[in-house]
Parts: sequence; C-alpha cells; structure tokens
Amino acid sequence: MSRRTAAIGRGLLAFGFGLALWQGVVWATAAPAFILPGPERVAMRLWQSRALIAENALITFAEILVGLLLGVALGVATGLQLAMSRLARLLLQPVLVFAQAVPVFALAPILTLWLGYGFASKIVMVTLIISFPVAAAFFDGLLRTPQGHLDLARVMQARPLRLVFQLRVPHAMPSLATGLRLAAVYAPLGAVIGEWVGASRGLGHLMLLANGRGQTDLMFASLVVLAAFTILLHRLVDGLGTALTRRFTEPLG
Amino acid sequence: MNKRAPGPGAPGIAAPGIVIAGEARLDGAPLFPPLRLELEPGRWTSLLGASGVGKTTLLRLIAGLETGATFSGSVSAGDGAELAGRIAFMGQSDLLAPWLDLIGNVTMGARLRGETPDRDRARAILASVGLSGLEARRPHTLSGGQRQRASLARTLMEDRPVVLLDEPFSSLDARMRAEMQELAAERLRGRTTLLVTHDPGEAARLSDRAFLLTAAGLEELPLPERPPVRDVEDAQTLSAQAAMYRRLRGQP
Repeated sequence: MSRRTAAIGRGLLAFGFGLALWQGVVWATAAPAFILPGPERVAMRLWQSRALIAENALITFAEILVGLLLGVALGVATGLQLAMSRLARLLLQPVLVFAQAVPVFALAPILTLWLGYGFASKIVMVTLIISFPVAAAFFDGLLRTPQGHLDLARVMQARPLRLVFQLRVPHAMPSLATGLRLAAVYAPLGAVIGEWVGASRGLGHLMLLANGRGQTDLMFASLVVLAAFTILLHRLVDGLGTALTRRFTEPLG
Repeated sequence: MNKRAPGPGAPGIAAPGIVIAGEARLDGAPLFPPLRLELEPGRWTSLLGASGVGKTTLLRLIAGLETGATFSGSVSAGDGAELAGRIAFMGQSDLLAPWLDLIGNVTMGARLRGETPDRDRARAILASVGLSGLEARRPHTLSGGQRQRASLARTLMEDRPVVLLDEPFSSLDARMRAEMQELAAERLRGRTTLLVTHDPGEAARLSDRAFLLTAAGLEELPLPERPPVRDVEDAQTLSAQAAMYRRLRGQP
C-alpha cells in the first residue's frame, strides 16, 4: 500500500512539474493565449465546455475501445493462423510485412472514402493500426515455445491443434502482453487521425474545429482529455499484460 | 556379462526390447561409428559417455525426435510393432508448465492427446512419489527435488512400456539425487528403460546393462552380479563405478 502511495506521490510530483514548466514557458515567452494558453485558461475552458468535450470524447473513446477489441481479436487470429498454417505464412506473412511498411495513416483518406465520415472508418482504422503489432508479437511468441516442451509433446503424441492451444498459446502470453501494450498506445492515434481526415464528431474533429476558429484553449482542453484517457488505457492494458505474464510464466526469484 | 531372463514386466504392460543399429553423421563428420545397441525387454540399460559423443542423439533417435544429425540405420522394437506411442520421456529439465498446477502438469499427456485426464490416478501417482497434498500447487512454489518428482509422476502417468531418461537427475544435489534414483528405479521396474548419463555412480547402481559410448563405438561395461538397485556403499558397486570412471577417462 505504501508503495502504491509513493507511486501516486511521484506521479503527482511529475504532473506538478509539467504544469509549472508549461506555465513557465507561457510567462517567459509572453505568448498570446491564441498561440499558447496557460494551464489555468485551459482548465477553465475544460470546465466551461465540459458538455461539448464530453460528448465528443465519448465518441472517440468508443472508437478506440471498439477498435482495440476488434484489432486485438484480428491480431490474435492472424497470429494463430500464421503459426498453424504453412499456407497462411506463405500468403499472409509478406502482406503483413508490406502492411507494416506502409504508414497506416496514409490509408486514412481511402478508408474515409470507402466507409464514410462516421464511426466505421475510425474503427477500421484503429483495428488495422493495432492488429499488425498484436499479430506480429503473438506470432513471434507462438514460435518461441521451448524445444524441450515441444519434444515432450511429440513423444506424448500430441494432436497438432492441442499442441497449439495447450502449449504454444500459453507460452506466447508474455509476447501477446507486449503486443497489447503497443496496441494501447497506437489505438488513440488511429482514432484521432481517422477523425482528422474526415469526421463530424469526436475529439479529433473538435480539435480541428477549434484550431480553425482560433480557440486554442479548446484544442488544448481536448488534448488534455485525450492524453488522460490514453494514459488510463495504457495503465489498464499494462496491468492486464503483467497479470497475463505472471499467470503463464515462472516468477523470478 | 550378466544374462538374465527378460524382466517381469509392469502389470498390464508388455515391455518390448529395442534395437538401434546404424551410424550418425553431424555436418558431414562422423558423430558415432556404425554400432548396435540392444535394450533388453523390461530391463534398465544405461548409456555412459562424455559430452558430445552422441548419447543424447541415440536416445532422441529412439524417441523419434529431431537430432540435427544424419542417421543411417534403423530403430525397431523386438515385437515388430511401432514404437511411437509406447514411449515416455523424462529429461534433465523438468519441463513443467508454469501455468498449471501439479495435477494439470501430470495429466499433460492426456490434455495434449485430447483425452479426458484421469485426475484420481494423477492424484494417486503424485502421492506415490511423495507429493501428496501438493496437487494444487504450481511448479514455481516447489523445490527442485519436488519438481523432478513431479516430472517423474508425469512420466509414470503416461504408463508406457518404454522409458527414456536423459540425465534426469543431474541437476539435483547429491542426497536428492540418490533418493530420486531409487524412486525412479523402483517405479520404472519392468519397463524397458534407457538412461543416458555421465555419472558412473548412477550407471553402476541402477543398471541391468551398461554401455560406454565413445568415438570408437559402443563398449559394454562390467556390472556386479547383484541386481539393481545396488547400495551406494556396496564394494562391488564401488569397484564397478571406479572401473567405469577409468573407461570414461580413456584408461584401460
């Protein structure tokens, strides 16, 4: 408990430092509020426009969460397919490499063209952007089952499918956890970029709108909400990843 | 040379004899020369040798596992039937799944084959190797000796007539090792057992037959008349062990 209190204390300290730095830059540069609003002004805007921000934030959060779930599911399924089927490796692996080479952001305009300005294009964007790292990390983990365990399974006359689910998948859990942590970072990115390219709702849309009207404080307020959500999401997924790793590996020491 | 009638056989199991004959090459160079190793049915055979002479390769060939070497020759059971599915394997590493409790680990074979695990039998076998009360524990909460017992329990759970042991006791401390050797010898009696080891003491105590593998080939090592398990302090066993040491070091 005291360790947790200490961690919270450190977090607050860093937060305070960040705010002080921000305010310091505002004072030092004497920048006008439409260029760089101070923390106080952004906090006020956050409070005044809370309904507007909340409405748009909920949209973005929903896009991120639904996309995250779908993307993880797609990534896990792809990783399994690759590990289980030579044909899938032959056909899918180059596609996967190619897809990782193309910045997925570059697909955003096309997705908007195909799927419209609504929810669907953002969810597909998030799903695509995170399914690659999840699939790659999980596939890598599935291939890293220690040889000794595979040998034992061979002598035991394991069925191929059973081998995958009883041995390979559990051994791949720490790698999957790594993929999930990456996914949690990429997911908000995908949603916001999707919204920038074309949307009528959401935090990304609100930021563009505010920018166009010189409401820099509203832009910052949206950004603060997005950052807070991203950090929260990352902490949650990180905790999940740690729990997964603990469950499926031997604790050290 | 001690010739005896075939082993009594564990209840309900007809243990086959095994013959492996052939030569192996590793990256073009000979690993072991043409040789013939015969495992008598229901008996304990030990294979001694320095590191890198191919004893584990020989064991893996019998197990039907990849070896990295090119083997030209054959592995066959004395009864002419397939060996696959009649072998249990126990290695130096306990290979316990960290995410499963002991019951789960002991029934791993059944899980992997898609059979219904017999938890009652698993519990009884765990008790018979001295692990009763620990059924629900996960491996990392156990000592090295307990983990190796669990590994033995998993091997026994497979209930195979042929058992291949690849240095299963070498990571244990001296006292634990002696205990485990006796337990394994007692519980595996009647099965066709091959133990790969570099410990002459182990080979002298446990074997019905013992062989030394060198780059020159296989050589049978003399053993006391008394049947295994032989006492550590038994004079004949000690002298057999000393003779094995000398052979292992290349002395006559």
